[in-house]
Amino acid sequence: MSILTSLPVQTEAGEQAVGAVPSLGAFEVADTRSVVVVNRAINDDYCHLVLEADGPALSARAGQFFNLACPNTAADMPYLRRPMSVYRVSPAQRRVEFLYKVAGAGTRGLATLQPGDTLAILGPLGNGFTLDPRWKNIVVAGRGVGLATLAPLAEAAAEAGIGVTAILSARAKSLVMSAERFERIGARIAVVTDEDGTSDFANVERHLVTYVEAGQADAFFTCGSNRLMLLMKRLAARFNIAGQVALEQQMACGLGMCFCCVRNFETTGGPEQRRVCVEGPVFDLAEALTW
Amino acid sequence: MVDLQVRIGSLTLKNPVMPASGTFSEGLARVFSFDDLGALVTKTLTAELRGGNPTPRVAESGQGLLNSIGIPSKGIPYFIEHTLPEYRKSSTPLVVSVSAPTAELFAGAVRQLDVPDIAAIEANISCPNIEEDGKAFAMRASSTAAVVAELRRATALPLWVKLTPNTGDIGAVARAAEDRGADAIVVANTILAMAIDAETFKPRLGGIMGGFSGPAIKPIALRLVYQCAKVVGIPVIGCGGIATAEDAVEFMLAGATAVQVGTATFVRPTAMLDVVGDLAAFCDRKGIAKVSALTGALEDRGMQVDALEALP
Ligand SMILES: Cc1cc2nc3c(=O)[nH]c(=O)nc-3n(C[C@H](O)[C@H](O)[C@H](O)COP(=O)(O)OP(=O)(O)OC[C@H]3O[C@@H](n4cnc5c(N)ncnc54)[C@H](O)[C@@H]3O)c2cc1C
Ligand SMILES: Cc1cc2nc3c(=O)[nH]c(=O)nc-3n(C[C@H](O)[C@H](O)[C@H](O)COP(=O)(O)O)c2cc1C
Ligand code: FES
Repeated sequence: MSILTSLPVQTEAGEQAVGAVPSLGAFEVADTRSVVVVNRAINDDYCHLVLEADGPALSARAGQFFNLACPNTAADMPYLRRPMSVYRVSPAQRRVEFLYKVAGAGTRGLATLQPGDTLAILGPLGNGFTLDPRWKNIVVAGRGVGLATLAPLAEAAAEAGIGVTAILSARAKSLVMSAERFERIGARIAVVTDEDGTSDFANVERHLVTYVEAGQADAFFTCGSNRLMLLMKRLAARFNIAGQVALEQQMACGLGMCFCCVRNFETTGGPEQRRVCVEGPVFDLAEALTW
Repeated sequence: MVDLQVRIGSLTLKNPVMPASGTFSEGLARVFSFDDLGALVTKTLTAELRGGNPTPRVAESGQGLLNSIGIPSKGIPYFIEHTLPEYRKSSTPLVVSVSAPTAELFAGAVRQLDVPDIAAIEANISCPNIEEDGKAFAMRASSTAAVVAELRRATALPLWVKLTPNTGDIGAVARAAEDRGADAIVVANTILAMAIDAETFKPRLGGIMGGFSGPAIKPIALRLVYQCAKVVGIPVIGCGGIATAEDAVEFMLAGATAVQVGTATFVRPTAMLDVVGDLAAFCDRKGIAKVSALTGALEDRGMQVDALEALP
């Protein structure tokens, strides 16, 4: 095969960061040149980004992520890509969606994207959540943008006939994310907030124990809060329940090459370092550790 | 059709583009086929098991990246058993990068790599993260000579020696490597640097200092390649901030026979493929039949280096 036949699409000058390859059939990960359909703030903290894409990007599953080439702006020149979990994938509409919090240079750049702009998204990356067909009911508990990661999981569970109970935690009621997506699949929902004092450890623990005792927690899932993770890990061990957690760590390549995204885990064989981008970002709750 | 082949000693590469050690792994095979690259280069291996450095291990700074990854290594036997078979799936020559804290351990590690399907050894005598006080063999000509001599005795494979930009005497270090039997030199590794978070008063890397790479360092790496190519006869492989074919052309004009693409792959995973394709297009446009004709073709005759600015 000649080198030239397998070349990626040439990018226009000045568009280097968005250089993307058309999806090459045989490869499971692609640097897809997506097109912005919607990009708007949904509350004071978070933005919703809807992209049109094709190829492997459309096979992303709950818990997987993409590495986004955030655009440069007059104020910011983010150099590395930024990892974001998939919020929703609709293969029929050729859509991939993200929910992001504007935090720094990269996400400020994302927030400037307008419909019609292009964005290179590398993915799908990492291992998503897994659902055991023997489970009848799961409990998902997330906080902040972690709920964006759990929403597609809840939908996948519902589709597989698994009942979902969701604890949605946030600073304030106005910042609770994706409640309607959990409602639509008929999940039982508990909203807990710092504002009304319901998000404290003891209260969330009471909720979780109630679900377990009612036989409605065959597995725990969590994302977005160290404290929630520790709580669920402790209860999962006490009641012998399976659990999965989606973790974050700073990334560069997203493909397992640079070893910057390691975290510590406890395993039966002793402590171990794993790369969040390829060995995760979803891990066994029992082995996960905080910083 | 442009002839993209280049020769590094006894090795002929189908094109001059390869990854830089530590910025590439078999994981990239999920994105494209390695068959279109000139060579493959592994992350540096060490004989002993290593855990690497504390996090955060990377920080971006301008158009560049600081890293203090360290060299987390599962050891050479693990590499031979588990990683090498993955690379064997591609016909592209495999270069294995190695490092060790002493010349003797270094030679021992290289001896363990005398197995089929390894095309060359790249001795990383320049990693600034792990040598005591950040001092690497390649900081001085004498320590370079000593380790390269040991390595030459230890292996019959083509021996590439990767230098550090942190030395003040790159020419002497390059000559020492050549004198003691290196088949090529790779110029260069990351530049020792640091970054501080003004808000928190903390270093931005868990390892306080780290290696700087990416477009920000390109002019420095280019200068080093130029200086080395002037004083050695063996091939120079250029590395540092290369992200496009134009960058690669500049390094070849400065004297490089081939180039390595590192950090650019993190930002654009297909960067190496773009460099290969655009290099062919460049030569076509310039009416250059063989890419190897670019090596050292810089038009600097009759020009003088500014003696006040120039390092040895
Ligand atoms: C697998 C994964 C999935 C993620 N999914 C989402 C999501 O769906 N929505 C969302 O809003 N955020 C998500 N994050 C966090 C998101 O990547 C960071 O908020 C973002 O990188 C911040 O970049 P910045 O330039 O705006 O901020 P800055 O603070 O300027 O970033 C500086 C550096 O730190 C890194 N960084 C900062 N915060 C984080 C963090 N929490 N995790 C990892 N790296 C970080 C950045 O990538 C960058 O390299 C996810 C992170 C990971 C690892
Ligand atoms: C994350 C990271 C890890 C690296 N690991 C190694 C390594 O293990 N061995 C080595 O010789 N060089 C290593 N390097 C240096 C690169 O191979 C290269 O010399 C340097 O990054 C300059 O090239 P670039 O600007 O194209 O990245 C590493 C660089 C980075 C960014
Ligand atoms: S981000 Fe590079 S190894 Fe995980």
